Amino acid sequence: MPFARLRFLPRFFPRIPPRISPQMALLPMALVAIVGYLGAALWTLRISLTSSRTFPSGHFIGLAQYQRLFDNERWLLSLHNLAVYGLLFVAATLVLGCLLAVFIDQQVMGEGLLRTIFLYPYAMSFIATGVVWQWLLTPGDGIEAALRALGWNVHFDWIVSQDMAIHCVVIATVWQAAGLVMALVLAGLRGVDPEIWKAARLDGIPAWRVYLQIVLPMLWPSFATVLLLLATAVAKLFDAVVAMTQGGPGIASEVPAKFIMDHLFLRSNVGLASAGAVVLLLPVLALLAPYAYARSYAQRHREAA
Amino acid sequence: MHAAVRRLLGALGCALALGAQMSAQASAQAPRAEVIHWWTSGGESAAVREVAQAYRGAGGVWVDTAIAGGDQSRAVTVNRIIGGNPPTAAQFNTSKQFVDIIDEDLLGTVDEVARRDRWDQLLPAPIVGVIKVRGHWYAAPINIHMQTWLWYSKPAFARAGIAREPQSMDELFADLDKLKAAGIIPLAYGGQGWQDSLTFSMVLANLGGRALYLSVIRDRDQAAIRSPAFRRVLLAFKRLQSYVDPASPGRNWNDATALVIRGRAGVQIMGDWAKGEFTAAGQTPGRDYGCMTGLTPDSPYLIQGDVFVFPKTEDAATLRAQRLLAETVARSDVQLAFNRLKGSLPARLDADVSSLDPCARKGMAILRDPQRPLGVSEVYLTPDQNGALQDVLTAYWNTNMPVERAQKSIASALRY
Repeated sequence: MPFARLRFLPRFFPRIPPRISPQMALLPMALVAIVGYLGAALWTLRISLTSSRTFPSGHFIGLAQYQRLFDNERWLLSLHNLAVYGLLFVAATLVLGCLLAVFIDQQVMGEGLLRTIFLYPYAMSFIATGVVWQWLLTPGDGIEAALRALGWNVHFDWIVSQDMAIHCVVIATVWQAAGLVMALVLAGLRGVDPEIWKAARLDGIPAWRVYLQIVLPMLWPSFATVLLLLATAVAKLFDAVVAMTQGGPGIASEVPAKFIMDHLFLRSNVGLASAGAVVLLLPVLALLAPYAYARSYAQRHREAA
Repeated sequence: MHAAVRRLLGALGCALALGAQMSAQASAQAPRAEVIHWWTSGGESAAVREVAQAYRGAGGVWVDTAIAGGDQSRAVTVNRIIGGNPPTAAQFNTSKQFVDIIDEDLLGTVDEVARRDRWDQLLPAPIVGVIKVRGHWYAAPINIHMQTWLWYSKPAFARAGIAREPQSMDELFADLDKLKAAGIIPLAYGGQGWQDSLTFSMVLANLGGRALYLSVIRDRDQAAIRSPAFRRVLLAFKRLQSYVDPASPGRNWNDATALVIRGRAGVQIMGDWAKGEFTAAGQTPGRDYGCMTGLTPDSPYLIQGDVFVFPKTEDAATLRAQRLLAETVARSDVQLAFNRLKGSLPARLDADVSSLDPCARKGMAILRDPQRPLGVSEVYLTPDQNGALQDVLTAYWNTNMPVERAQKSIASALRY
């Protein structure tokens, strides 16, 4: 958090000269953050208040782009899809990632190999794996064909179904992100004091209760990081949808990021796309603000102690 | 070792200097045009080679920058114009795609060529309406596509006992029922957004007629969109969905054409580019398949095409290259050579099409009737309006959306 540190810069500057060099080292990053992120965000906000189409324009029209945005059926459906996707994706990834981490934590054979296998999907581009998922989920092919070959007469057509297409995206992205959650939680588990385990064993508490009631709550900083990563992954969901459903069938699995990209490049409406981007930034800030506050609160707490 | 490297570098330097000198000489002599386009498939690139050949024949140097995909290609053109490094010329569709670039005063005009050839009389009115802005000509058209042909399989029609081509929307539905009863897929269809849009345009033009088409698509008249006549169009469009096969979602247009070619499906609504598929399969129009421009003798003929635009420049050599390209593209013989391979029609109404196939001749005859041609939706709507309309249509086609809600959504999509 470069900003949080920069705030203390004037206070530390005269008193502790050795702290200057780390601050200097952070300066380029801070500049990139201020110019690249903050600057671009403000520029986007400005464009969203103008009548820009193919080219950015300086003609301000107030909140008209936002009004148009929320009169657009596809945008509203995209937001709805994002909410459904976000809840299911975060919940499923957390549960699956924790379970994987706890299993790996049981000193299983071939731990390194398993860890690599579980983490591997995260290292691959979704444009490639999404196409494989699309094939796996196509009715008559992939999973359905495999199950039928095994003698089960199942019908699995979620990817071409209006109501279920977005759930296919959930399945594929959970597969991708669960390994990352596993790695972060596992790192946390390995940092837990072995004395706690000894004490719990002496008291005769079953292992699952130790995990659920003692160890996992101790890992809240890891979970905060995981949640932040997953939340941003939700907000920027794009490649999985493009690779798997192209937003279809119809517009059933459209998401806000795809709406924005389409309007930026295909539909020549930079103004409307910027309005969408600003709306998409709001929930991210809403998630980020409490997190940043909790972090700075904890830091002040530590410094006071 | 060092000496060898130095000698090599020296030789390389000489070669580079020589090359630069030679190309400098060449550019001083011949107009040099870098042209961005997206004609990358087999037939298309053969067609654009005809234009390049003609340009070279006229004394120019053609530098080909082919970029796969229209969206991609147009994005590159716009980015290069904004970045101050524009190409000499670039392809666009005959549509509102480049109207913003004109408004920003970033395109040059081709007024001299247009006035000399009297494009006002030579080109169909919908095309003129797009490329002539505030009295100036901003693009050189090369071809015209008609988007809403009906292609049908003669053997499939014979098996279903259909004796003649349908003459109205009701007759079309009756024929589709007969095809269904005969165990044939009535409508060959690819469930992709643009195909939904194209099919809707065909229904709007043929069932709604010229007046309703123009008031909805060109004038974006809210009352017309909410009218009972427009509701009938939407219902007929939706009814077509009951004639497609379950595997249609996401299918490509050429796979749908293949169903008609094999006689597994009866009818396809598709642009004239589908003809290339029939030809490639060795089929003959009139014998193996039929081509219809519409259902009634006066149904609107929905056209679009491709143009070259010329980014504005002060450089005299570039201006010369642009002018030569506009002249070349406007030539009858170049347009004929290009369109014979591309499958579309020449933009010039005076082109001699007697050497083209019967479907193309049929199309040209209609094109010359000033009452028939209208633009496709992209000719009248900006890309974002057109996209918003397509979003509603594809949702309506794919879901149980009530027709009243579709009407309301189209009204709000076209309000802005």
